[in-house]
Amino acid sequence: MAELSQVNAPIYEALRRLRRMRVVPFDVPGHKRGRGNMELTEFLGEDCMNVDVNSMKPLDNLCHPVSVIKDAEDLAAEAFGAENVFFMVGGTTSAVQSMIMYACKEGDKIIMPRNVHRSAINALILTGAVPVYVDPDVNHQLGIALGMSVEQVERAIRENPDAKAIMVNNPTYYGICSDLRRITELAHAHGMLVLVDEAHGTHFYFGKDFPVTAMAAGADLASVSMHKSGGSLTQSSFLLMGKAVNADYMRQVVNLTQTTSASYLLLSSLDISRKRLALSGPEIFAETVEMAEYAREEINGIGGYYAYSRELINGDSVFDFDVSKLSVYTLPIGLAGIEVYDLLRDEYDIQIEFGDIGNILAYISVGDRKRDIERLISAMAEIKRRFGKSEAGMLTQEYINPIVAETPRKAFYAAKRSVPLEEAAGAVCSEFVMCYPPGIPILAPGELITPEIIEYIKYAKEKGCQMTGTEDINIERLNILT
Amino acid sequence: MELWFTERHTPNVKFSIKVDHQLYSGNSEFQRIDVFDSKEFGRFLTLDGYMMLTEKDEFIYHEMITHVPMAVHPDPRNILVIGAGDGGVVRELTRYHSVESIDLVEIDELVVEVSKKYLPTTACRFDDPRVHVYYEDGVKFIRRCENKYDVIIVDSTDPFGPGEGLFTKEFYGSCFKALREDGIMVNQHESPFYDEDAAAMQRSHKRIVESFPISKVYQAHIPTYPSGHWLFGFASKKYHPTNDYNGTKWSMLGIKTRYYNSRLHVGSFALPNYVEELLKDVE
Repeated sequence: MAELSQVNAPIYEALRRLRRMRVVPFDVPGHKRGRGNMELTEFLGEDCMNVDVNSMKPLDNLCHPVSVIKDAEDLAAEAFGAENVFFMVGGTTSAVQSMIMYACKEGDKIIMPRNVHRSAINALILTGAVPVYVDPDVNHQLGIALGMSVEQVERAIRENPDAKAIMVNNPTYYGICSDLRRITELAHAHGMLVLVDEAHGTHFYFGKDFPVTAMAAGADLASVSMHKSGGSLTQSSFLLMGKAVNADYMRQVVNLTQTTSASYLLLSSLDISRKRLALSGPEIFAETVEMAEYAREEINGIGGYYAYSRELINGDSVFDFDVSKLSVYTLPIGLAGIEVYDLLRDEYDIQIEFGDIGNILAYISVGDRKRDIERLISAMAEIKRRFGKSEAGMLTQEYINPIVAETPRKAFYAAKRSVPLEEAAGAVCSEFVMCYPPGIPILAPGELITPEIIEYIKYAKEKGCQMTGTEDINIERLNILT
Repeated sequence: MELWFTERHTPNVKFSIKVDHQLYSGNSEFQRIDVFDSKEFGRFLTLDGYMMLTEKDEFIYHEMITHVPMAVHPDPRNILVIGAGDGGVVRELTRYHSVESIDLVEIDELVVEVSKKYLPTTACRFDDPRVHVYYEDGVKFIRRCENKYDVIIVDSTDPFGPGEGLFTKEFYGSCFKALREDGIMVNQHESPFYDEDAAAMQRSHKRIVESFPISKVYQAHIPTYPSGHWLFGFASKKYHPTNDYNGTKWSMLGIKTRYYNSRLHVGSFALPNYVEELLKDVE
């Protein structure tokens, strides 16, 4: 390890060495460097198939890393300022679940904002941990959930001194950060672990002037979607650990659910991307921010749209804002976010990250080009000119605080029956309902179905949101507890 | 010694010109720029290895992209040209005394500089006081314009590379907005012949049809472009390119041309059946 530095990428280098050795494969995968599946090889390319190989001595093993994967993980730990880092191949979902499964066993309490990703609530079903929801603060104009206020976290801790952990989004999908340092101090003062979902915060570790990172704030665990702003392949992710975390026990937790045939395409993509960010992160993200700031200014210049930024900061529930995010409020032009999202794709061949009732999010990254940003801005100007109408009659999106009647695990496994959506009011839901993306549940298992929520689901469906989570694929019926 | 410039027209077709010598080669922020001298075609300009113009046949392209809209519009005063850093369109436009202003928006300043130095045949009217040059992305420039121009000429490169944005619906929509109520937009419309070019041509036509009430296509023969069979798009808010055309009036202006004339104007809108079909498919 002594001779390795951030210019190295040990897994990538090992794969290149292996390729030169021209080893004859009598192991899996059966496509044998692509020769056994020429159509796929033609599609993905020979170079790609050549490194789709199995764990072997020269390549180490993700379940029990001792050589090149271990070295790569150590370099990643150095780059992220973490005590330990694991390479994850089951998405950030698997990192989030591992954090919760590490911190909680059945019946343990975990404090979390309700606007967590579904992967966190899924982990509650898996472990049987009991959520203590902190209702996030809400921006009523934009209709979006913000961060947790410190005061609310304090109250949750006071009322639940036996909770094992606190989970924090850093940032939210929309780019909003809570006061992570203060929350971490509070949690640690009460013996609780701090788990941070940094699915949308990889760049915080490598750029300048971004909100504080989980590791810098002293948090214990963080899940980082390297494949989002970090440039690695989809499904690859990092799990970061602080000093207080027993990494060897964590490995056992991860191995409960992670594949034993980790893809070297994913692993090498993490390795190479880490190297790239460690070496030139500040320049890469300065460029990203410059593009986002430019787009924001131009979009606000169109009129009607509101591309928000640091002005939302209020010292508490919006403690900081991630300026690389391009979130835009669309209701003033008389169109729901999801309608703008659909128009951008159908009319202008522009695919953005998501649209909800009142907002859209365009994901800006190092891969973007100035001229594509110009197209996005022009298309939004055109949408306003061609499709804009009066704001009247638009349902203002409102984040609805859920009423939790049962733990997610109990509700998920309980006896249930299916009823039409309209007749579900007053019952307890046994499944998820959410728009995807962003994948933040409108209803989670164990929550009370209110008339307000039913109206919201119907409106979101009507506007064209892609709804997921229910057993009934058309979301006309809901499963309720009997 | 033999030195040849070769452009790939399709994966299976190449087009080559024997080069006498290379005059310039350089990279801008956007693309690679080269100027060559040749016996057959005189000087020629390429961007990223794609033929833009030769001294021998540029008159066909520049006359056809300029005089067709200028002859249909009864009183074109304010003109916007997008792309066209070589100056050819500006040269043709400055021949109209009625024109009051010519705004030229070129993304790449180096193309204009190189053209001024090496291509005096086309870059010869940049000093006309009516000409204003803006070095900016055309997509951005036009976004801010409303009800401002009588004619817009989109002299773009191909629908990949820096010119990509000039083939998009958001751009055509912005052009519509930037034109006065009787304005005309003309654009370089690719070729109908080779499959890939034809697909780009159809995409472009579809987007224009969706943006303008009148959208027609006309053709010209340009020996150094792929297949030699080239199209232009004529998109208009009010005037029909042949029904509202007064050839006598244009002839009275006394503008001397080598390719364009009033009979050819009408004839250039008569397209081969296979091209008509390609267009109809997306209308």
